[in-house]
Formats: sequence, structure tokens, C-alpha cells
Amino acid sequence: MAGKGRGVAAFTFNIDALGIGRGSMPEARVAPNPLFPPADFKPIPLKVGEDEDYMLALKQEMRGTMQQRPHNIKFQSNKADVEKYTQRYMKQKQTQDDEWTPDWNVFPKELMPQKKTRVNTGPKKKRKKISNKDAQDVLTKLNELEKKDDGDKSDEEKPKNKDNEGEEEEIEEEQYEEDEVEDNDYIESYFDNGEDFAAGSDDNMDGEATY
Amino acid sequence: MTSQEVRLCGLLLREHFGEVVEKVGTTLLRGGTQNLRSILQETGVSLDLVKKSLCVLVQHGTCVFSPGRKGRGSPSEYRASCHLILRILRYPRYIYTAKTLYGDTGELIVEEMLQRGRVTMSNIVKTVADRLTQTMEEGHSMEYKEVCSAFSKLVETHFLQRCPRTASKAAADSEEAPASTEPPAPESFADCYTVPQVTLVGRGKRQLEDAKEQSVAKKTHGDEGIYWQVNFERFHLHFRDQAIISAVANKLDQTSSEIIRTMLRMSEVTTPPAAASTKPLSANEIFRSLPAGYNIPRQVLDQYLSLLVDDPMEFVSKAGESGGGMYVLTSIQTVSLSPHFGRFGSRSARIFRLLLKKKHLEQKQVEDFAMIPAKEAKDMLYTLLSQNLVQLQEIPKTPDFAPSRTFYLYTVNQLSTARMLLQNCYKTVANLIHRRLFETSNSKRLLEKSQRIEAILASLQAGGAEPEQLTEVEEMITAPEKQQLDSLRLHINKLDSAENQVDETIFLLESYIHATASSSS
Repeated sequence: MAGKGRGVAAFTFNIDALGIGRGSMPEARVAPNPLFPPADFKPIPLKVGEDEDYMLALKQEMRGTMQQRPHNIKFQSNKADVEKYTQRYMKQKQTQDDEWTPDWNVFPKELMPQKKTRVNTGPKKKRKKISNKDAQDVLTKLNELEKKDDGDKSDEEKPKNKDNEGEEEEIEEEQYEEDEVEDNDYIESYFDNGEDFAAGSDDNMDGEATY
Repeated sequence: MTSQEVRLCGLLLREHFGEVVEKVGTTLLRGGTQNLRSILQETGVSLDLVKKSLCVLVQHGTCVFSPGRKGRGSPSEYRASCHLILRILRYPRYIYTAKTLYGDTGELIVEEMLQRGRVTMSNIVKTVADRLTQTMEEGHSMEYKEVCSAFSKLVETHFLQRCPRTASKAAADSEEAPASTEPPAPESFADCYTVPQVTLVGRGKRQLEDAKEQSVAKKTHGDEGIYWQVNFERFHLHFRDQAIISAVANKLDQTSSEIIRTMLRMSEVTTPPAAASTKPLSANEIFRSLPAGYNIPRQVLDQYLSLLVDDPMEFVSKAGESGGGMYVLTSIQTVSLSPHFGRFGSRSARIFRLLLKKKHLEQKQVEDFAMIPAKEAKDMLYTLLSQNLVQLQEIPKTPDFAPSRTFYLYTVNQLSTARMLLQNCYKTVANLIHRRLFETSNSKRLLEKSQRIEAILASLQAGGAEPEQLTEVEEMITAPEKQQLDSLRLHINKLDSAENQVDETIFLLESYIHATASSSS
């Protein structure tokens, strides 16, 4: 700071020792580095030859075949695309690969896909609830409101106890249960709004055929 | 896992296995060892897709699972490793090597195995036989026996190995907790290279034959549950040997490279792969093992050996006089890094090599030895310094490090420079892949159109159409579009072969770092 007023560009050491003069300082930076800085020297050209061509062909072939395999997993596209003109012709050329099933002796058990029975348990549960409901109504005619609250709760508990399947089922039940806490007679699960059904069927198609 | 590595792995996974596996894979790489629940939470992908992707990753050996750390009841944990995914870059090289060593059959075996991850022997023999049969003429078909023998040869030379039984399955079966939570390495598996007794009699089938027949006759062939995978380490050894031989051939001449090749072949079985140098081989043995075509007299061999010993690259060193002199081959510690200096010019490369050789030099000495005028030498040195390829070592004359009274020496730290260059290479390959995907997506419409036209053409030809129809269909692509397509194809090919060649550099750098790091630790 001592030299601040008098000589702003004074250095603390003898500049000659480094062999550079004051004039040869690089310019101060005014902006971030350019995204594609100009290259002074062209890169060495690629090797060209038979081996390289062959390996290139191998690489592209391998990429193509790996994309056709069942290993290749894409996200589900939910919208029903209009079947493109190309699809019809591409299908003729596609190789028929078997769907791949891993050997469960070597793989951990938890990776096994659970059987998707979401659609089936829906009506089953509904039926159960209906029969319980009827039984409840027959038994307790006098205190309908109170019994209905209990009846709703006991309905919820019964399917819970019955169900031993994977975690997904439990999650679904929680969703069902939340729908049912209503005070009126009319249970919403009697009619299903199309969402659950469609979602269930999507996964069904997905999980069923392959394993 | 550096960020560059993770990015590159993500792109490779996307290209080969799809986007879902890419998402799951990058989560595993970034997050370390995780169990199923945490993967589910982090990716936000649905459960069954996550399960499928994990299956795919384990199948191809890129992910390993182990029983949970909290005890036997806890869910199993998954861990992915970067370097196994990066192997995907090298697949064409592996296949090509198999082709040169074992012909088309070997090539197809390795290719199918790389595509499927792990296969049983019977499975792969059948597939390869079918494929070979398709390329043959009518009436001929490939015997399973020939494919089996090619397979056995590959196993004998250790290019293929058995997959180890996983620890988690053993834990699930037995009552006691497993001794170690690490999955056993393939080499520790006793039957690693024994070919099972397989009853496979038959010939390859063409695809035109009745597909129903094949699915009905699903016999077991006596080798269920024995899976084979490609032994990457062995291939790497082979590449390394090739690199040494070509380096010697470049420096000296063909005959000396033959000698080196013989020495390497002799020590293939006796030397463990990670050793820094081979066992001593006597000159007599070398003389006996030289290939038949090379009848060089004994004195000439001795001369060559002494030449190799004296060579500053230190390929061979003498270790004792018994049996006419024992010679030891050191591994590629002295990899030349000069190809990277295309960016800086050949004179910078000269400076770099000079510094490698002389270890520490002052600025004035650099100018003198390299024979470059002072101003330019300074410029180049500072550019190299700013890119961290060269380091500055200060040696003070006085305790207060005054700049006028301190020696400044330039030096090269090989290991860290190699590491830095390796990361640059990863970044390069990732950029190349990215650019290729970009180009493809830009011209997606055009590519689809051309694919459609090819498909139409193929179906017309199969249906037996007249030439006018064919030309009419071909003209659906206009001339400028054709040009565009051609230039696109050219670009993509260039990018692809650039990837292949950068991968060769990656291999050299990786093996150098591995060799140096393991010898110093």
C-alpha cells in the first residue's frame, strides 16, 4: 500500500530476474473465456486405415444392436401416438429377440417384479366392502350413523389385514382409505373414476408380459 | 468418480441401455452404495423400472450388490463402478482383438457376450452358430462343435472367465453370516477357467426355419447356472503388450520387437498381471523360443539384447549372468505423452520431453538445451505452466524467499500430469458423444426419411419390383438432401472414430497411472 499513490504498477521484486519486461504483460481480462477459444495449432489428424474403419463399423453395429435389445429400457410414453408411417416398415426389419429373464438364483430376490393385481383387488375389495356393509346394516339398524363410522373403519382394517402383498398394494390401500372417510352412505369406490383403472392397466402391460 | 467420469458414464449408459438405466446408473455413481429405497427416492422413477434397470446393470457386471451393512435382515445394497462402465468405450477394440486372434468365431463369441453381459455356454454357442450359419451359403451350417472348441480356446487363454457366485445368495441360503461382505473376485473362484461338460450336439439353424421348433425343444444342456463373462484384464494385458512391442518397433527395428514379443509370450503365464517387471529370462531360453522364421544367430541376439539394455527407455535390464545373461522386461513406465502437444506445437513438445528427461531445469538451461530462442521459450514455458503441465520448483538461496535470490526450476510431475490428461480425455470423449447426439437430433427428420425410404426399397425388392419403381422411390430424396445426409454421415463417422482413438490414449494413461500408483504405494 506504500506504493499505491506513487507507482501503481511497481512490483515488489526485481522484474529482470524473471527475464520479462514490463511491456510484455498479458492484457487484463475483461470477460470470461470465450466458449470456443481460437486454437493456434490444428489437432493431429485422426489415424485412418483398415483397422480403424473396421472398428468404426463394429462400434456402430454394436450401438444399433444394443438399442434393439430388451436391455434397452425407455420411459413409458403415455400418449397414444398416431402410429407413424415409419413404424409399420420398421417393424418388419426388427429382429425377434426373446424377452430377457434374469436368472433369479444369481440376482437378489428383491429385484423380482411383483405380480400386478391392482385391477383385480379393486373389485374384490369392493365386493368385500359391500358384503360387510350389508352385514353391518342388517345387524345394527338403530344407530346407523355411529355404526357407519365404525363400519367404515372396520372395512378399512379388514382389507389391510388380508393383504400380504408388496408395498405397492399398501400404498394403494392408503389411497383407497383416504377416499372412504365419508359420512354418507354412498361410497365413492363404488364407481371408479377412470384414473386408477388406466394407471393400473399401464403397469399391468408393462410388468406382465416380460417376466 | 470425478464429474467428468460421471458425465461420460451417463452418456454411455444412455446410448446403450436407454435413459432409464442412465438415470439409475448416474444416481448410483454419484451417491455411492445405496439400497433400493434410496435409489427410488432420488430418481423418482417408478419401482418396476428401477428394478429392471438394476437387473440390467447387474447382468452386465457394472453394478454389484451385497448384503446390507446393518446385518442380515437389511436390504441389499447396490454399488456401481465407473471404470466398468467406461469399458463400454473399448468394446470394439476387444472384439477386433478377438477377431485377429481367433477368427470370426471368436469375434462373434466375444461380441455376443459383450452385448448380453453374462451368458451360459450353451446359450452362446447356439446363438453364435446361428449367426454364422446365416452368413454361410445355402446348405452349409455351422457345427456346434467348432464353436465349442473356439470357446474353449478363449477360456484356456483366459480371455473368458466364469462369473463368481455372489455372496448374497450364499447368505440367503446358509444360516451363518457370510465371512466377508465383499463379493468375491472372479480370480479367487476355484473353477474360474474350467469348461463345464456340456452336451451340445447339433448344427446352427437358419432364421428361416421354423421358429416353433426351436422354442419347443428347450433342453437343458448340463451347464445351468454357470455364467461366463469377458475377462477384461486379460485383454488389457494383451493391449499393453502390443503397445510395448509397437513402441520398441518404432524406436529400434522389427527384429528387436520380435525379441520383445517372445519375451512377453514366455512370461505370460509366469508373471502376475500387475507386476512391474517380468521374471528374469535367460538368453538361452529366449534363443530357443524365438519363432521359427527368425533364424538369427546367437551373437546377433546377444547384440540386440545389449542394445535393448542400453537404450535410455529402459525396456530391458540385465539381471545376472547365469545362462548367458538374464533379462528383465520393465513395464511401460515411460509412456511418451507427446501426442497431446498437438495443441501447443511441436516445440513445446520438445521442451516437455526435455524436462521429462532432465527432471529439473532452469529457464536459461531450457533455452539452451532445446535450441529455441529465448523469447519464444519463455512464452511456451509460461503457457505450459498456466495449463499445469509443468510445475515450478523454488529453491531459495536466502531464508526469506526473495525472488531475486531464488532459483526457479521447471519440472514435470508425471503422475499428476497423467491424471490431469486422463480427465481431459474423459471430457473429450463426453464432448464427442454429446456432439454426435446433437448432430443426430438436428437432422432427425432427414434421417427418418432416409430410413423410411430404405425400408420401402427393401420391401419392394423382396417383393420383386421393377427397376422403374425402385428409381422412383430413390428419387424421393432430393440431391441437396443427399448431400446433407452424406456430410452428416461423414461427421458422425469422424466423431465415432475419434472416440475410438481417444480411448486408446485413455487406456495408455490408465495403465500408466495404475502401474505407477501401485508401485509407489
